[in-house]
Amino acid sequence: MLRELKERLGAGASAEEMVSALFSKIKKSKLNAYSNLSEDSALERAREFDKTPWTGLLAGVPIAIKSSISTEGIETNCSSRILSGYIPPYDATVIERLKGEGAIIVGKTNMDEFAMGTSTETSYFGPTRNPWDLDRVPGGSSGGSAAAVAAGEAPCALGSDTGGSIRCPASFCGIVGLKPTYGIVSRYGLVSYANSLEQIGPLTLSVEDAALVMEVIAGHDPKDSTSVKSDGGYLSGLNEGVQGLVCGVPKEYFGEGVDPEVEKAVWGAISRLEELGASWREISLPHTRYALAAYYIIAMSEASSNLARFDGLRYGLRLGADQDWHSTFSEIRAAGFGPEVKRRILLGTYALSAGYYGRYYLKALKVRTLIKQDFERALSAGGADVLVTPTMPFPAFKIGERIEDPLSLYMADVFTVPINLAGVPAISIPCGFAEGLPIGLQIIGRHFDEASVLRAARAYEEATPYHETVPKEVV
Amino acid sequence: MAEKDVIIGLEVHVQLNKLNSKLFCGCSTDYHDSPPNTHTCPVCLGLPGTLPVVNRRAVEYAIRVALALNCEIQGETLFYRKNYYYPDLPKAFQITQYDFPLGLGGHILIRGEDGEEKNIRITRVHMEEDPGRLVHAGTIDRAKYTMVDYNRCGMPLLEVVTEPDLRSPKEARSFLDKLRNILEYLEVFDGDLEGAMRIDSNISLVGGERAEVKNISSHKGVEKALAYEITRQRSARRRGVAQVQETRHYDELRGITVTIRTKEEAHDYRYFPEPDLVPMRIADWVPRVRAELPELPDAKRERFVAEYGIADDHAKSLTSEIRVANFYEDVARRSPPRLAAVWIADVLKGELNYRDVAVDGFRTDHMVEILDMIGKGKITEKGAVEVIRTILDQGGDPAAVVAARGLARAEDDAVLEAVRAAVEECGQAVADYRAGNEKAINFIVGMVMKKTRGRADPGEANRLVKEALDGRGGA
Amino acid sequence: MDHISWLASIKVAEEEREAFVASFNSVLDYFHQLDELDTEDVEPTYRVVDLTNVFREDEVRESMSQEESLRNAPRTENGYFKSPRIV
Repeated sequence: MLRELKERLGAGASAEEMVSALFSKIKKSKLNAYSNLSEDSALERAREFDKTPWTGLLAGVPIAIKSSISTEGIETNCSSRILSGYIPPYDATVIERLKGEGAIIVGKTNMDEFAMGTSTETSYFGPTRNPWDLDRVPGGSSGGSAAAVAAGEAPCALGSDTGGSIRCPASFCGIVGLKPTYGIVSRYGLVSYANSLEQIGPLTLSVEDAALVMEVIAGHDPKDSTSVKSDGGYLSGLNEGVQGLVCGVPKEYFGEGVDPEVEKAVWGAISRLEELGASWREISLPHTRYALAAYYIIAMSEASSNLARFDGLRYGLRLGADQDWHSTFSEIRAAGFGPEVKRRILLGTYALSAGYYGRYYLKALKVRTLIKQDFERALSAGGADVLVTPTMPFPAFKIGERIEDPLSLYMADVFTVPINLAGVPAISIPCGFAEGLPIGLQIIGRHFDEASVLRAARAYEEATPYHETVPKEVV
Repeated sequence: MAEKDVIIGLEVHVQLNKLNSKLFCGCSTDYHDSPPNTHTCPVCLGLPGTLPVVNRRAVEYAIRVALALNCEIQGETLFYRKNYYYPDLPKAFQITQYDFPLGLGGHILIRGEDGEEKNIRITRVHMEEDPGRLVHAGTIDRAKYTMVDYNRCGMPLLEVVTEPDLRSPKEARSFLDKLRNILEYLEVFDGDLEGAMRIDSNISLVGGERAEVKNISSHKGVEKALAYEITRQRSARRRGVAQVQETRHYDELRGITVTIRTKEEAHDYRYFPEPDLVPMRIADWVPRVRAELPELPDAKRERFVAEYGIADDHAKSLTSEIRVANFYEDVARRSPPRLAAVWIADVLKGELNYRDVAVDGFRTDHMVEILDMIGKGKITEKGAVEVIRTILDQGGDPAAVVAARGLARAEDDAVLEAVRAAVEECGQAVADYRAGNEKAINFIVGMVMKKTRGRADPGEANRLVKEALDGRGGA
Repeated sequence: MDHISWLASIKVAEEEREAFVASFNSVLDYFHQLDELDTEDVEPTYRVVDLTNVFREDEVRESMSQEESLRNAPRTENGYFKSPRIV
């Protein structure tokens, strides 16, 4: 997709026309995928490109950016009232890299407020709709980015994944979403929800596109102390096929609670991989059922600290007359955060507080070790090369269906959060439909083995038609 | 007076203002005369999405200090988040150290109340970042609003905590003076800059709760505040009022401490390891840093006594400030060391203190010249003091000052002539002296001094008069 | 709840309180599942990257101008951020 786009531009197609057409589409859209647009600067960049084209891996390619990734001069509000109007004076490192390779930023996409959610329903600016069925959620928290890409409102996008926030919307919207190994993509500029869990990653229409975006954004950043050196080379070896690849299928990811259509599609995918030359075996990740609790405790604890800075003094919401300092800020935060964010901050504060730290936070960190060890054991040399699972236990649910019951919403993350706890890479690619709604296949790899993940995903994609289907609802 | 019932401990915050940049970002540390909020960047302002990166040299300086204080350096040390809300804290947490601080278990020797050497134990030395600075419109309790300047935010601090080994305000002062001296020897900080050293003192009477007096910037202030506290606590005890654990503020103008309105709830800082930073393994830095430590005050004092043959008291005075010690050595290289010691420690220092001027305000070659003149008898001691004072007050060089003010010691001939004349004119005094009144000689000597306009050396004049009177034969 | 809302600096209105406490409790109950696991001899994982000793050199980088620093602030005065009074 991106390759063809670049070829068309190279052959003389007008970037300005392309970008202009994109904005027309966005403005007519019923999806609410974008929270704010960068129309003037994008068109100007496109015009400059038409006049004097530049080179770069993403030269002239329009891209949508999740709202929580800092963009200089463009409002970055994390879909929250408390950051409404905040314009960062700096670019996230990934944005610098995208610009360095010639990409054109189209705008910021809608998300669950501060990335806390699985459906993009907690956004202050209203939910984003799934292009496959406007009454359904696109997934979250990078729902806006995924919907935009699925509906042709952007050729590619960046999202962030803390507990499935790239993979879930990729699954619900029928596109490709990759969560890289922790540390490979710089977090400098990503408004933090849970620092030890999250990564920025690509949302695209094809595996090759995801690999291309990774080429641009991945790599060591001196501004991020948790960033690691990566070898790059995401595009090479992509088409080597899966001959001899050993796929582990964790039994805990099937059975009770999983939609039968989903199971059918995933098993179908496993068979397809077999036909292509891979082999599979059943494995066990015994601590899977504790992952959700461990994940939420850690995420909420870190979030309670990360979101403490929002007090209306240096940026963001400030209300009415100032009273004394503590009261003023308590009220600003009460008014500026939505209920889910408040809930998580309060729970996280509790989990870290004196007397409870050992029971919750520390305990969760120990369970994390056990989960990480499950993956390391399963993916060890002589074990499996990759793991294959459903991304989500069911396809997209209806807007409003789950939001009133937080716990039921948390449960949707059951297959995505263990990956963040372990820090391993995982991709979601389309593998079928259930009554017209996309189903996602998740392929998980060893730390730093994006190559195997991408290679397996590419082989499957090439042999199947799902990624070519376009949502009918799109205007 | 060392009291048997007073227990004092100190927490000293030292700003490593000799570093070029802040602890976690590249902003310059040279903010002292700058307009507000001109030394900030997205990182130290705590803008959403920013991440800290540790200043390597700050860690080296910290090790330097911990070693000079005889601490054990921890092999692995890391940063924690201390979570609390205050307008001067932009992230609503301070990055500091908690478990696994950089240095543990050190000590400093001071001169105790009773004159003997006393060991003050250092509990720990750790690194943390400075918050911003609040400026109140009016007094803290009556201001309508507060203004915040974040220039100082992110400055590297070292916290030095003592065991409660101090027994009097004077000992506390002595400790602080010694600590500051060591720090200046180590060239990690300039103690003259505003905010360079801030002290929290904990004081209790035996059997009672302690009061914490926070945030005093001067050593003298600490001494006074503690003296006030002792009186206040004793008086309360006599009245049967128990001391409760509380925090107090020292009001410099009124010379008293007042309770800061304490919150109803206790602080729960919810410490957890900073997820955006990684641990530091510094054990193998220690030998190199230790080898590069400069000669410290106690060692230098011993060496001065041994090498220059000067009195211990002089050595102590000369090494109480690194600049004075360097001044002395520069002079002692070119002048008789013992003479230099007397004139620098006993005279020059006094004149400098009186004028509140640093030793940099006097030139070493001027001192050498003056000592040379004294040695050659070209000026009297009184004259030398005049020269020093004149140079400090008006400038100039020794030879010029001597000439201009006629301070050259009277030539021997002139003195002899004055003696002869005085003896001739003071017939009565001469007679009295010869009659056995020893004191009468003073009158004659006084006359000699008058005739030489004070330029004769009094001791010398006395000797010559005596010689003249005894030499001449009696009638 | 009052203590936590104070610590988190988020005012919880009376009307919201009950709902919050209820969802709080149900989530906490779910968390208690972890008690089933014996983690006595397990080391906690604070970070999944195995890095140590990441530093930057002591070099000065340009700071933001005062205008940039204050640009997003709702209330300022004479180059300062304006905060509500402390007490």
